[in-house]
Amino acid sequence: MMNNAAQTNSYSDIDPDLWQRGVVDTVANLKKKRGALLPILHAVQDEIGYIPPAAIDYIGKALNQTAAEIYGVVSFYHQFHTSPGGAHQVEICRAEACQAMGSRALEAHAKDSLGIDYHQSTSDREIRLEPVYCLGNCACAPSVRIDDKIYARVTPERFDRLVESVRTKSVEVK
Amino acid sequence: MVKVYVPQDTTSKALGADEIAFAIESYAAQQGIGIELVRNGSRGMFWLETLVEVETDAGRVAFGPVMPEDVDGLLAAGLLHGNEQHALFLGLTESIPYLAKQQRFSFARAGMDDPLSLDYYTANGGFEGLTKALAMNGQAIVDEVKNSGLRGRGGAAFPTGIKWQTVHDAPADEGETKYIVCNADEGDSGTFADRLAMEADPYQLIEGMVIAGLAVGAECGFIYLRSEYPEAHRILNDAIARAERAGYLGDNILQSGRRFVLEVRLAAKAYICGEETALLESLEGKRGMVRVKPPLPAIKGLWGQPTIVNNVLTFVAVPFILREGASAYADVGYGRSRGTLPFQLAGNIQRGGLVELGFGTTLRELMNDFGGGTFSGRPMRAVQVGGPLGAYLPEAQWDTPLDYESFAAIQGVLGHGGVVVFDDTVDMSEQARFSMEFCVAESCGKCTPCRIGSTRGVEVIDRIRANESRQANIALLEDLCETMVDGSLCAMGGMTPFPVMSALRHFGEDFERGE
Repeated sequence: MMNNAAQTNSYSDIDPDLWQRGVVDTVANLKKKRGALLPILHAVQDEIGYIPPAAIDYIGKALNQTAAEIYGVVSFYHQFHTSPGGAHQVEICRAEACQAMGSRALEAHAKDSLGIDYHQSTSDREIRLEPVYCLGNCACAPSVRIDDKIYARVTPERFDRLVESVRTKSVEVK
Repeated sequence: MVKVYVPQDTTSKALGADEIAFAIESYAAQQGIGIELVRNGSRGMFWLETLVEVETDAGRVAFGPVMPEDVDGLLAAGLLHGNEQHALFLGLTESIPYLAKQQRFSFARAGMDDPLSLDYYTANGGFEGLTKALAMNGQAIVDEVKNSGLRGRGGAAFPTGIKWQTVHDAPADEGETKYIVCNADEGDSGTFADRLAMEADPYQLIEGMVIAGLAVGAECGFIYLRSEYPEAHRILNDAIARAERAGYLGDNILQSGRRFVLEVRLAAKAYICGEETALLESLEGKRGMVRVKPPLPAIKGLWGQPTIVNNVLTFVAVPFILREGASAYADVGYGRSRGTLPFQLAGNIQRGGLVELGFGTTLRELMNDFGGGTFSGRPMRAVQVGGPLGAYLPEAQWDTPLDYESFAAIQGVLGHGGVVVFDDTVDMSEQARFSMEFCVAESCGKCTPCRIGSTRGVEVIDRIRANESRQANIALLEDLCETMVDGSLCAMGGMTPFPVMSALRHFGEDFERGE
């Protein structure tokens, strides 16, 4: 999980504006909330795409907790990542309702066509593949989530088309 | 002006509702037809989504399931005039048997209008329960909930009124408040009733939580919402902001001088945080580790204060109970299970969706009359009721009435009402293995039977499937399951053996294939 720590251990690797907005301002805005840690971690990851190790230190100091305590929380939840991943997150539901509709074949296809396993990103840094246990779309399984959009009745062919379309979109933005 | 409804809940959007709405608007503009497009919540008939409704002189008529590729043809064929000849025409929405045969208490408004419309909500019984509650003292509200027979809808089925009484009677510390926490971490596979309740009728949840606050003297509430539900997140935040502006939340609720503030907190993808004490730890900003009970959360909950933790479906039942009276709710049901439960048909099922019924219908009626058999058309073989910790039921058990006690008697659980259907291609030894694997991924790690037992469970099942010392390993698996049931702190380790052992007991032949 920490294999990218060497490159990202200092905030100097992060664009200063992004650091200011994604970490410094976020912490200042949220730290007065009771139970602020999860809201802070969500906001940091939304802005930066992951939780940089330097942010863990920074958040710890702001909340008067040790970095170990913060890291303990970060590593407990499947939501949070400590290394940069793909530009888009693709989640495949692994839970029972989707299994009953062929999700095992879908996940095998996805890993094969993307050439990666769960928790990994494609070499072009476009797609990070994650498992998810239920998207609440169980009447129209199997389900896939790409960023904040959920797709129903996803066949392997449709999966490839969806992935292709988000890749194309990123190219257009650049 | 033609009124057209296109749902905006997660499932409809996942099936292309946004594209359909866009196509309808473009067509109307091009043809110069005046339309009012309402993005309603879903009615919960997900097999018919995207369900497009058009208001006609006879009433609201439905077309479905509409796929994005159907919409141009449908428009050309006179969708906006309610063309009865079209193949997707379903007649009056209210008369569709799937909907007409339900008893909708908590989902009566779902899918009727824009879920954020306060006007619609208040014109259809909304906030009447709150208004009544404001005129009652806390004990009277608690008594009303007790008399309704409502039990916790998250799965444990604990009597809600008793929990509320405990919180009512427990004082908060000096300078602190009691808390109302809504468990919206709906992690069970095959369940989506919480999601639909939040996406299609969010004010009802808000109203239920405010009433709980009035009942026990709590001024602060949190909705702990799973991050897998981005649509519900958006809708809830919007609904809370609107309810605040309209005076249903805040420092002076409807000029009563009573205070209740409400905030959505996002979970972070951990199934265990659906367990109430792990949820409280998570809200406090910690790892979601299960707490030892006692003390009960009702006495020492969030930040050590008396706290009601109830499921979304428990809170959304409350406005009806206050509005219509406890007996209107208690009159429906079966045995000690009173009122209705929104069942959720999922997995390999022809007509998946939400079916709110009084307790007591049999599983078979639900799956056949409503569900219409499997999606694949193959025979049904196994049904998992009550989420990933629920038993797999073979056909011999499908005539069990759907109520808490009848299910407990067959070592099953009704849980949150999820029903996941599998056809005859399922390999039950693989499902048993998955149950253990899921426990490995989601165990909080606090107690040994769950943390280590689940890993050992995967290994033992692998050995059985590979035909290694079969009898000895089956005995070992049974022993391991017994240890997990008896020795785990919470339901995660304590119930993971239910699907495993039921698979082994009822579908033993699947464990004998060998390699």
